[in-house]
Amino acid sequence: MAVAATGTGARPARAGRRLSVPNWIGTVPFFGYVAIFLLWPTGIVVYDAFKNPAGNFTLSGLTALGNSQVRGYFIGSFKLSLISAVIGAVFGAILAYAIAAGNPDGMIRRLYLSVSGVLAQFGGVTLAFAFLVLIGPVGLLFHAGWYFNFPWGITLIYAYFQIPLMVLVFLPAIDGLKVQWREASESLGSSTWQYWRYVGAPLLMPAFLGALLLLFANALSAYATIQAWEDQVPYTVPQQIYNSMSSEVGLANINYADVLALGMVVLVAIVMTGYALLQRRAARWLR
Amino acid sequence: MRSPYKFALAGFAAAALLVAGCSSSSSGSSSGAAAVNWATESSAAGGGGMTALIAAAKAEGTLNVIALPPTWANYGTIISTFEKKYGIKINSALPDGSSQQEVDAIKSENGSPKAPDVVDVGLAVAAANTSLFAPYEVSTWSAIPAAQKESTGLWYEDYGGYMAVGYSSKFGTITSLNQLLSPQFKNDVALNGNPTSANAALNGVMMASLANGGSVSNIGPGVDFFAKLKKAGNFSPIQATGASIKAGTTPVVFDWDYLNLASYVGVSNWKVFIPQNAVLGGFYAQAINKNAPHPAAARLWEEFLYSQAADGGQNLWLEGGARPVEQPTMTSNGTINTAAASKLPAVTGTPVFLSPAQSTTAATYLATNWAKAVS
Amino acid sequence: MAAPAKRPVGMQARRRRRLNLFRYVVFTVFGLFIVLPLLAMARFSLEGAKLGTWSFTAYRQIASYNSSEGIPPLISAVEITLELAVITSSVMLVLVVPTMIWIRLRVQWLARTMEFLSLLPLTIPPIVLVVGLGPIYDKIQHLSLSALMLFWVYVILALPYAYRALAAGLSSIDATTLSEAARSLGASWFSVIVRVIVPNMWDAILNALLLTCALVLGEFTIAFFLLYVNLQVELYSISRNTPDAGVIFSTSFAALLFTFVLLLILSFARRRRRGLPRG
Repeated sequence: MAVAATGTGARPARAGRRLSVPNWIGTVPFFGYVAIFLLWPTGIVVYDAFKNPAGNFTLSGLTALGNSQVRGYFIGSFKLSLISAVIGAVFGAILAYAIAAGNPDGMIRRLYLSVSGVLAQFGGVTLAFAFLVLIGPVGLLFHAGWYFNFPWGITLIYAYFQIPLMVLVFLPAIDGLKVQWREASESLGSSTWQYWRYVGAPLLMPAFLGALLLLFANALSAYATIQAWEDQVPYTVPQQIYNSMSSEVGLANINYADVLALGMVVLVAIVMTGYALLQRRAARWLR
Repeated sequence: MRSPYKFALAGFAAAALLVAGCSSSSSGSSSGAAAVNWATESSAAGGGGMTALIAAAKAEGTLNVIALPPTWANYGTIISTFEKKYGIKINSALPDGSSQQEVDAIKSENGSPKAPDVVDVGLAVAAANTSLFAPYEVSTWSAIPAAQKESTGLWYEDYGGYMAVGYSSKFGTITSLNQLLSPQFKNDVALNGNPTSANAALNGVMMASLANGGSVSNIGPGVDFFAKLKKAGNFSPIQATGASIKAGTTPVVFDWDYLNLASYVGVSNWKVFIPQNAVLGGFYAQAINKNAPHPAAARLWEEFLYSQAADGGQNLWLEGGARPVEQPTMTSNGTINTAAASKLPAVTGTPVFLSPAQSTTAATYLATNWAKAVS
Repeated sequence: MAAPAKRPVGMQARRRRRLNLFRYVVFTVFGLFIVLPLLAMARFSLEGAKLGTWSFTAYRQIASYNSSEGIPPLISAVEITLELAVITSSVMLVLVVPTMIWIRLRVQWLARTMEFLSLLPLTIPPIVLVVGLGPIYDKIQHLSLSALMLFWVYVILALPYAYRALAAGLSSIDATTLSEAARSLGASWFSVIVRVIVPNMWDAILNALLLTCALVLGEFTIAFFLLYVNLQVELYSISRNTPDAGVIFSTSFAALLFTFVLLLILSFARRRRRGLPRG
């Protein structure tokens, strides 16, 4: 296939005269939209994190982040998000592979895709209650003594939407594994294990890591489900944010809530840095 | 034209439209007030009497209320009675909201036609947010005890109840809290929310404190009681709701007596008891939004709620199992619904009430000690 | 190049058998995991006044719930939410797909930025986001009080999910080569994006659509705190307005079923796949 050797910068001669505008202009609608509806509200939240309830600028809110109770919330959030993300990613990948290996137009694929679509956004009171009725103290199925343990009880509940989310997000990547690569590797004498180890996994790794990151962030910000699961001990940051925002007993402190939210943003930024490093290593396999 | 430029232009156009739309006029709230500006009236008489108030409210046609669950203290009937009586439509937002969310909505919706006109909040929240309220004295102002209203009319208590323990009759009859420590209550005892943020739950722990030697300024014994409950394996960490009670997951609930009615809870075999000499009362308070989008309707609503008529707010609350603030006066002048009054649970001992300051002290103690006690 | 060595037929058949066994086991195990909680929910929604009895009351109450006006509020809530789903999906696709492709092809240094921004909505709990959105929605409410205005924030909420689905699809095709080939044949950038890259991403786009629609149909928190009425808020209202505790579950179950049927219908919009099935 003969590609015109023009390189990525030069444009074909027939395009004629026009303003030379930088390429990033094309991304302005997206970034503009995000600036208004995401960055501005985030900015307000971050700004309020630096104010105290009287409205004065202060750094003292940040010292709350050093408090051991607060550290406990962040550790709890991190633990739960990581564990439920890994479990969701691994089991979701298995399920996605099983779906992809079948008839692309078949009923099973459609069913599982639609179910995944519905359940990926399911959660909250009804989900927690369904599990409570199933394996809680008066469980229909049996009474799981560990149901109220953190993080395992709530991880099981989170898996219920993490796995479908993984399927939805990862399936296109598995679909992208061309049959020809498998055949080529087999014609060179590789076993199934070798195929996955040297061809399949490296190819899928960037998408897998991306999906893992999404699952992590998804679990991190989840609130309604864990609040319905139990609401006496705040294990995670969103629970504590809610407690302090809706306090009816005079302890409401929205600036404290904003500080916690700021902490969450920083946490994700840190996690994303780790993720970017991992991606760079994984991408080496691709080119 | 190249596609990236097309998109950029579209984006700028959209943004321009948005900005243009915003800079077009957005006047404040004034609606309906013809000659009288009800937003500044602090009594019905001042604006020309009840007839003028009713007319102005009807002209406004709508009332925004917030955080009023229909099955809580009979609010469903109260709302529909008001709507039918005056032909004013009520928009009931956020039925499960907390008191703090109500005042937050006042602040965040300020200037919007959807802002709440009136709020029904816990005392701590009312006392802390008087800058958001407009002073108003209902016609029956004198029937409200002085200790239960803010002197200039910024807030005034409306109804309340005593903290009680509701339980399924399968346990027989419970007469003291210590019975709850026995093994038959495994995983069964629940609060209505987290006491570090929910008013009902905090009062639940405080009531346990009173029953175990504490006082309104010391919630410690209450926390210790729940720690013991947790150790015995009897404490359930979920919030007691109609669903959890129906499913049998939380057959023992600490909650206000008007929320522990069999009819509210939705199960027929439900009993209630209030521990002897641990009678903790709690009242809520009404307030009108200073910048209410419908000021006349807001004031008419308050008049309705404090009216001593047979179908007025006070009696309707009583029918919902809550104790209306004008109950003493209405009992003596005969306007009280005696049948409903007799259905209230019996109490032994003098009721005590938490002041906002005591409530905050208790909450601060809980913030540091509750999670440790029950985890 | 020599012809690829022929594989013994027996080995291929055995691999197929192993694969099928694997698939059956996986589908059964996951099927159980998915179905059991749903059954528990359905059972509870059919619970009568006494534990252990059956009753359709909770479902009848959804159908019969009617506040004093004409159209049952549930119907108008469903309408609004469906319209929201369409608007949000359209804006999402038009905004995000071309941008992603453009960044991938021409402005790669912005890729990480877009990725971070796409993940940002998930780091801020909706409850806190509502606080930041207050001033913006105040301005929007001067333009229109309709709940359809929720789409502005729904696009942001769906962004993490849609972005990830689209990224997985985009990364699995060789966009650069495809675009260079098309360009060398004289295609404009518009054609490259719309007629070359997008058709190759169709599955990923469908998944992103599915995720966006499911999000809009299931969104509750932001609508609730901004005091709008959408499907979930209305269902919640109904469940709070009836004393039967089962109603929140019948409403939830009904909403799930409704969304499921909708998505199933949507899944038939997939283009017929060219090429061999997965092996």
